[in-house]
Amino acid sequence: MTQDIKIDRVIDARGSFCPGPLMELIKAIKEAKVGEVISVYSSDSGSKRDIPIWVEKAGHELLGVFDRDSYTEFVVRKKR
Amino acid sequence: MKKVLILGGGVGGTIVANVLARRASPNETNITLVDATGRHVYQPGFIYVALGDEKPENLVRDERGLLDKHVNLVIDEAILIDPDEKKVRLKSGRILDYDYLVVATGARLCPEELPGFEAAHHFYDLDASVRLSRVLDSFSGGRIVIGIGGMPYKCPPAPVEFACLLDYYFTRRGSRHKVEIHYLSPLPRVFPIESVAHLVQEIMDSGGIKYTQLFNVERIEPENNLVHSLEGESLKYDLLIVVPPHRGTKVVENSGLGDRGGWIPTDKYTLKAKGYDDIYVVGDATDIPISKAGATAHYEAKVVGENIAADIRGSGTKRLYDGKVQCFFDAGFKKGMRIAFDYEHPPKPARLSRRWYYMKMLIKKIYWSVILKGWI
Ligand SMILES: Cc1cc2nc3c(=O)[nH]c(=O)nc-3n(C[C@H](O)[C@H](O)[C@H](O)COP(=O)(O)OP(=O)(O)OC[C@H]3O[C@@H](n4cnc5c(N)ncnc54)[C@H](O)[C@@H]3O)c2cc1C
Repeated sequence: MTQDIKIDRVIDARGSFCPGPLMELIKAIKEAKVGEVISVYSSDSGSKRDIPIWVEKAGHELLGVFDRDSYTEFVVRKKR
Repeated sequence: MKKVLILGGGVGGTIVANVLARRASPNETNITLVDATGRHVYQPGFIYVALGDEKPENLVRDERGLLDKHVNLVIDEAILIDPDEKKVRLKSGRILDYDYLVVATGARLCPEELPGFEAAHHFYDLDASVRLSRVLDSFSGGRIVIGIGGMPYKCPPAPVEFACLLDYYFTRRGSRHKVEIHYLSPLPRVFPIESVAHLVQEIMDSGGIKYTQLFNVERIEPENNLVHSLEGESLKYDLLIVVPPHRGTKVVENSGLGDRGGWIPTDKYTLKAKGYDDIYVVGDATDIPISKAGATAHYEAKVVGENIAADIRGSGTKRLYDGKVQCFFDAGFKKGMRIAFDYEHPPKPARLSRRWYYMKMLIKKIYWSVILKGWI
């Protein structure tokens, strides 16, 4: 669970199909300081594939993927 | 007499004003719209200006002629919103007060936020589109790279649509074999919507359009004709087209109403600015994580116009915005796609057809007389 990770910003991207949760995450990461932790809520089925691929390629850290009732929460730390 | 003050006379502000003017009695409602230029610009037409298919003057009209006669138009720039005093200061020094405020000031292009941007072209304002049309007209061959310089940006499909239309453009001119078209997708697919991406990829593959995925433009190195991504890759270009970074408007930032990107935190259903009962936000100015598109502004504006009218009348049920967006994608060769979704319903897989291309062309025509009036 996420209770012991301090989350700096929550992006509620539920209901976003275009541009979609990954674009919201990219925006938030650009705006964040190194070390900050961002949590993204997504109801888009593509996110489970997209978000981990981008986080790895862009050199950030995926702290967790949590299935909630009707959405998935992704917790990411900005590393650079 | 209730005073409704609307900032911005683009898609969202104009529709709110016209819907409200029709629904609320002029005896009990005073509607004022402030626009910085007094000229209304049809932005989806920029692509066609850049491709030489549209005259720039066809995209611009006088805002006064688009507004209901009961709406007062003030041509001035709003520079500060004071939500506690319910007042807005204009550049001329004039101060306007309100009972209801609608912020519809759209987005601001910030090319200066992308190092090296001066070497790139774009089609995100009218002048740049005219310049790009000249460059394309004299382009004799080489690699054209199309990328995205920041999130969020208006009309997420527009850059990939432009790549497809370049294929059509050079094919028509008989010089397609001399031109490489290379699209840089910020995502691990070529189109933001997964259920549409495979069709767009087919269109690109059949047109020989190249692409690199997971490439978010971070920096341009004009000395070496290189574009670099924040994911650590680089690509050489002969002609570079980049969507400039966007932010919310200065009036929003200076009034302390924006988030880090200058977008106003907005309730995605009521469209009220979070924490304020008398401020509504429509269109690109919101922080709602859906497309910054005219179609979004259009449907949001109808909800806001109707709800303010109901509030003033003291009767009628209020509506919530359901996240409805409907866009038409021009794939080139006179074929198109329709993409529609809302918060609860993901887009259905798209189909390519002539019908949706002609629908896009029809919207361009009915925009001024039907859409902006709030009739549909
Ligand atoms: C190349 C391109 C292609 C596009 N294609 C499509 C498409 O196919 N389909 C689609 O749905 N959308 C498309 N869009 C997006 C669409 O044009 C915008 O999302 C839409 O215009 C947003 O409406 P708005 O009312 O929020 O803002 P705008 O229409 O941008 O209007 C904002 C208005 O506010 C005024 N203003 C700004 N600041 C102030 C101030 N301080 N004081 C007073 N006035 C102010 C401006 O002068 C302007 O008139 C495209 C955009 C571009 C650039």
